[in-house]
Amino acid sequence: MSDPTTAARRPAWLSRLASWDVAVIAIAIVVLLVASGTIDNFGTGRNYTFLLLDLLPIALMALPMTFIIVTGEIDLSVASTLGLTSAVMGSLWNSGLTIETIIPLCIVLGAVLGAVNGFFVTVLKLPSLAVTIGTMALYRGLAFVVLGDSAVADFPGSYTSWVTGTVGGSSIPNVLIPLIVLAIVFGVVLHATPIGRGVFAAGASDTAARFAGIRTGRAKFWLYVVSGAVAGLAGVLWTLRYSSARADNGFGLELAVVAAVLLGGVSIFGGKGTLPGVLGGVVLLSALQNALRLQDVSNEALNIVTGVLLIISVLLPNILSSTRAALQRRRRRSPSPKAGALAGAEQ
Amino acid sequence: MSRRILTGVVSLASAAGLVLSLTACGGTTKNDSTGSGPAASTASADPNAASKQGVKMAFLPKQLNNPYSDIEVGGGKTALDELKGEYKLVGPNDASASSQVSYINTLIQQQQDVIGIAANDPNAVCPSLNQARSAGIKVVAFDSDAAKSCRDVFINQASTQGIGEQLAKMANELAGGEGEIAILSATPNATNQNAWIDVMKQQLTKPEYSKLKLDKIAYGNDDDQKSFQEAQGLLQSFPNLKVIVSPTTVGIAAAARYVSSSSYKGKVAITGLGTPNQMRAFVKDGTVKEFALWNPADIGYLAAYAGVALSSGQITGAQGQKFKAGKLGEYTVGADGEIVLGPPTVFNADNIDKFNF
Repeated sequence: MSDPTTAARRPAWLSRLASWDVAVIAIAIVVLLVASGTIDNFGTGRNYTFLLLDLLPIALMALPMTFIIVTGEIDLSVASTLGLTSAVMGSLWNSGLTIETIIPLCIVLGAVLGAVNGFFVTVLKLPSLAVTIGTMALYRGLAFVVLGDSAVADFPGSYTSWVTGTVGGSSIPNVLIPLIVLAIVFGVVLHATPIGRGVFAAGASDTAARFAGIRTGRAKFWLYVVSGAVAGLAGVLWTLRYSSARADNGFGLELAVVAAVLLGGVSIFGGKGTLPGVLGGVVLLSALQNALRLQDVSNEALNIVTGVLLIISVLLPNILSSTRAALQRRRRRSPSPKAGALAGAEQ
Repeated sequence: MSRRILTGVVSLASAAGLVLSLTACGGTTKNDSTGSGPAASTASADPNAASKQGVKMAFLPKQLNNPYSDIEVGGGKTALDELKGEYKLVGPNDASASSQVSYINTLIQQQQDVIGIAANDPNAVCPSLNQARSAGIKVVAFDSDAAKSCRDVFINQASTQGIGEQLAKMANELAGGEGEIAILSATPNATNQNAWIDVMKQQLTKPEYSKLKLDKIAYGNDDDQKSFQEAQGLLQSFPNLKVIVSPTTVGIAAAARYVSSSSYKGKVAITGLGTPNQMRAFVKDGTVKEFALWNPADIGYLAAYAGVALSSGQITGAQGQKFKAGKLGEYTVGADGEIVLGPPTVFNADNIDKFNF
């Protein structure tokens, strides 16, 4: 984890405070507080319900995406997996299967689609960017083959109302429960288990990780399977929320997911990032969107804000680390006890 | 090691899915599912109630920056200015099924009085529209209906009957009451076009149209080139042809383009359904005397008047209720809350420059 000499000089939590992911969580909380205080109708229970419902699919898919980007790979096919799952869900429903059979089948389908990505990336050793851009187009195309441009809508009311409903009349959407469960599972696995350390190691240096006995290929393969399964689950929830199974569901969502992950402080080059930071990024983007819409700000302005935020999130950590490095060089020239050789390579 | 834990994650993810799928007991299939929304409002209407001022109505078209919907909502703005209401326009940049939902949610939060929506997907917007209605917001669908159970009224641009009758009437006028006509349609299975053509055929059996002879229905598949060739083919096969009626904007423009550059110009009339902007040049050069289409500005105008009438309690969306819609006159709510705009607008050399869409 943290570098011992730095830790001796400065408590760990202090250096954590200066990191981007903590900053993102702080900014997200500030945005929520300020918007609740200043924007009419933002701070109501119902608005928070809408906000959480809107961010759910992005947050779900961002969980495995965090792992994948930490290993230095990427999965751009998640939104198309969502769409294909949705289309298959519609056609299976039309064929008369029970919804209780269809839902697990759809999640398994997502896992299979993820396994296809995993096979190309880890067995055939192809670059994940190229592979998942390919399957992004392929899965979306298949979705249109399955359902064309029609829509299936007559899903059972008990399910659709559960997905859009809240826990016992509160403002907490029912669907937040599976999200929280999954977020805890993914967070614990990433930050408190050997597998998580293996994921970071693979992202920092694949070769070094393999010399250390970590089977990076196998790990990455399973990450793609999980990513597909979660995208499949997101497809099911999406379809039920909008009571509309369509081939174009979730179109373009993969970029929102990647944007949230990067904004949350995960390095696109791998090896760095935290899951709480990513969730902070998801909340920040969704809260800004919700708040600006309530203020009748146009979509174009929204996109500009998102873009500027992303660029800042990539620039700022770099500026911070280069200033830190410059300070250390200066310290090394001065005859003081040697400081830690490397800071910030942990997380 | 790594594999074991990852497999654990996979099974946990699936387990979460399974838990979701077990929230209901037993098996639910398509056959025993009933997607029903709340029942239509049974509140009584007071046709003599005063029109409320300051009604906040938001228009949510399929997508922003689409020339056609810009004109529609422009009509809505005109009407709200007349009614001293507050007009607002919001909408997504892409016409996807789900993109309208978060806009509806925002409008609920902003406590609008009326939402006017052209639905991208009749069902995807349903739950949030019903949330809006339970928050006291009136919902007027226009142009493209939402599911019947989640809106109060639907402004239908034209009835099938009205369009078919108008097409037959124009063909008769242009043929001078007798002669051979042909139809250039879209695809053989185009729902709208076939419905209009059926009405036209019924009209042709009436005594006043008895001297018209329908030679052929050609299909240009809504493809410019194919429509152009089909128009050419019709004129070569039927030398006595007087009128080509094309109930599709692609077909009418292609046929007019062919005729305007051929020796048939001035001898054979082209009519049907087209937009003023694509047909303007052909009207100016005399190829086309008249054609028809509903006026999108009137759709938005009527939607706004219906919204204010709902908000003021003059109507509730039940069949037979009447309300006044400014310059368009009085309207009656039809079955299923449908309000038909009326006969399509006929465009000719005298009025075409008043329209820009």
